[in-house]
Amino acid sequence: MSSRLLVFALPFVVIAIFWLMAKRESKLAHDPTHKSFFERNGAGLGITFILLVAFWSLFLVTLPYLYMVVESFHPKLPPAQRGGPDDVLTIAQYKSFFVTPTDGTPNTNHMGAFLFSIIASVAVTALNFAICYPLAYYMAQAGTIQKVRLIMLGLIVPYWVNEILRAFSLRLLLASRGLINQMLMGLGITDTPIDFLGNNTGLYVGLSYAYLLVMVFPLYNAIESLDKNQVEAARDLGAPWWKIHRDVVMPYAKPGIASGCTMVFMLSAGSLAAPQFLGGPRTLWFTSIVYDFFFQSFNWPRGAAYAFILLAACIAFVMLMLRLFKVSLGETIR
Amino acid sequence: MSAGVELDHVTVRFGHFTAVDNATLDIRGGEFFSFLGPSGCGKTTILRTVSGFLDPSEGKVRIGGQDMTGFGPNKRPTALIFQNLALFPLMTVADNITYGLRVRGASRAQRDKKAQELLDLIALPDQGKKLVSELSGGQKQRVAIARALAVQPKVLLLDEPLSALDLKLRQHMRNELRAIQQQVGITFIYITHDQGEALTMSDRIAVMSDGVIQQVSDGKSVYDLPDTPFVASFVGENNPFAGKVLSADQTGAVIETPFGPLRGRNLKNVKPGDKAILFVRPESFNPVAGEADCTIATETLSAAFEGNATHVFLKGPSKKVITMTVGRHGGLALPSAGDMATISYDPAMGIVLPDGKMARE
Repeated sequence: MSSRLLVFALPFVVIAIFWLMAKRESKLAHDPTHKSFFERNGAGLGITFILLVAFWSLFLVTLPYLYMVVESFHPKLPPAQRGGPDDVLTIAQYKSFFVTPTDGTPNTNHMGAFLFSIIASVAVTALNFAICYPLAYYMAQAGTIQKVRLIMLGLIVPYWVNEILRAFSLRLLLASRGLINQMLMGLGITDTPIDFLGNNTGLYVGLSYAYLLVMVFPLYNAIESLDKNQVEAARDLGAPWWKIHRDVVMPYAKPGIASGCTMVFMLSAGSLAAPQFLGGPRTLWFTSIVYDFFFQSFNWPRGAAYAFILLAACIAFVMLMLRLFKVSLGETIR
Repeated sequence: MSAGVELDHVTVRFGHFTAVDNATLDIRGGEFFSFLGPSGCGKTTILRTVSGFLDPSEGKVRIGGQDMTGFGPNKRPTALIFQNLALFPLMTVADNITYGLRVRGASRAQRDKKAQELLDLIALPDQGKKLVSELSGGQKQRVAIARALAVQPKVLLLDEPLSALDLKLRQHMRNELRAIQQQVGITFIYITHDQGEALTMSDRIAVMSDGVIQQVSDGKSVYDLPDTPFVASFVGENNPFAGKVLSADQTGAVIETPFGPLRGRNLKNVKPGDKAILFVRPESFNPVAGEADCTIATETLSAAFEGNATHVFLKGPSKKVITMTVGRHGGLALPSAGDMATISYDPAMGIVLPDGKMARE
């Protein structure tokens, strides 16, 4: 119990330290024209502001995650033993990701799922980019206003349909006796149905589709502000279309590309519904494992540890990519 | 190496709007040729048609005698300098200049050499490593010229590139552009709405209005011998006097105006009874009486002293104002506001043209 208390006290200690530092600062560099926060906003409004910000940042952001961090460093215990002598700090949950706790062999099952999730998310991101870049370029530079509006509508309206319905209708489409297979067989392209769900085509399609907007809009925003004359100038200087994109459009849209790719990657790696409904029977998505720890085996500490491993890996991967492509984090959230 | 540009009955339509109407003209190789006209007259459309960004609805563009139909902008021996220059902000000055060579697969060494050469030409040596944003307006201008010249075009197209500069720099860049053109010896096609630019730099000028080429000739002829009322009123200041032709022969025509009959040269062969306009330039007026049919008696409204000259504004026909510009050397007494004044002009300096559309004030 003591470690949990300590962690929960931490944000308040940090706040107190900052408050004391601010007090000291204002005493040292006294500025008579400076009005305090309460003088500027009035007591009622000032207190409301502080309470709202405090509620949001402490109860909605900081404390839940802190609780999960703490939990991930504890053993799984029945409620009666929590806070008892067995409730000690441990890295066993993190270790269990690498080494199976029961027999001490490498935990290839979970590590494999983890790697697969990361690699598949990279693939989904790449696929999404390949689909969205031409679309965003068309919308931002080439299309007429009416056509762009139509495309926007076409992009947004499908998102009014809920996720389950969307996933299962894709399943219907891709199933072994689904529309696409029947069409392929009817046209004589294949004799036996292709197992789109088993070979994970469904998973990639579903994930790409789910995060289409997340990719399109940052790209569109970035390309939209590009001066058309830049494209024409490159063309006039003799560049074929692909060199125009390589040398002029993409470097300009780099922050948007980074932003879109980061979000799609993070969301795919952490997605739950699409892999569960559209993944093949042998496909194990990492978030499904995390989900099972929380809701099937009620092993919150291990679930939390796994979730943090995923989070840390994703952040590290994204940072590495940003560094490789020389984009600063600030640019991606512009 | 330069090439001539030939417009052969070129018409460009956007939907129902005709931006360029049946333009036919022959720009000679190595010429500094300007298209002059107000905004919306179709001059930029012509430039985009020559550079290949637009296809003519009818007619053909030939460059160096070769039909350009089906050639995109990246396949034509032209280079375009954009109004806003369109330099690549994420590339250095040298990379901007040699971008055209890079897409053609030139090696780093070749590009560096060419960049050096062109940076010397535009008098910006050692600035190649800078970013475009670190340059001043005039320097950016020169980088844009160098970038266009790097691909060794036979024709350089310039779309009002000086319009963003301040007055002094603009005048300086005029001389510089002219000097560069003479140095590299290629054809320059220059688009502008600024008659000063067109007159000072060009070998020949095409004056355009509403998609129609009104007149093609050298600057002096455009100014002194306009073909249409539009040219007369758009290029420089002019005083129009509209009226019926009273009498006309090959040398001159007399037209009926509120100030009595006035005479001018009859270059366009107007006939008695035609509606016509007499144009007299402000600097052609003298503040003294002259021949009877070249003298106007009217009221002085105001005068504006401008240093090298004085503009006197007089009550004109209907609501119009007559402007008279008097240099300082005359030593003549100028009328002051409210006075009656008698002014006259040399009949050789009045031009009678058939009635037509004039430039908007």
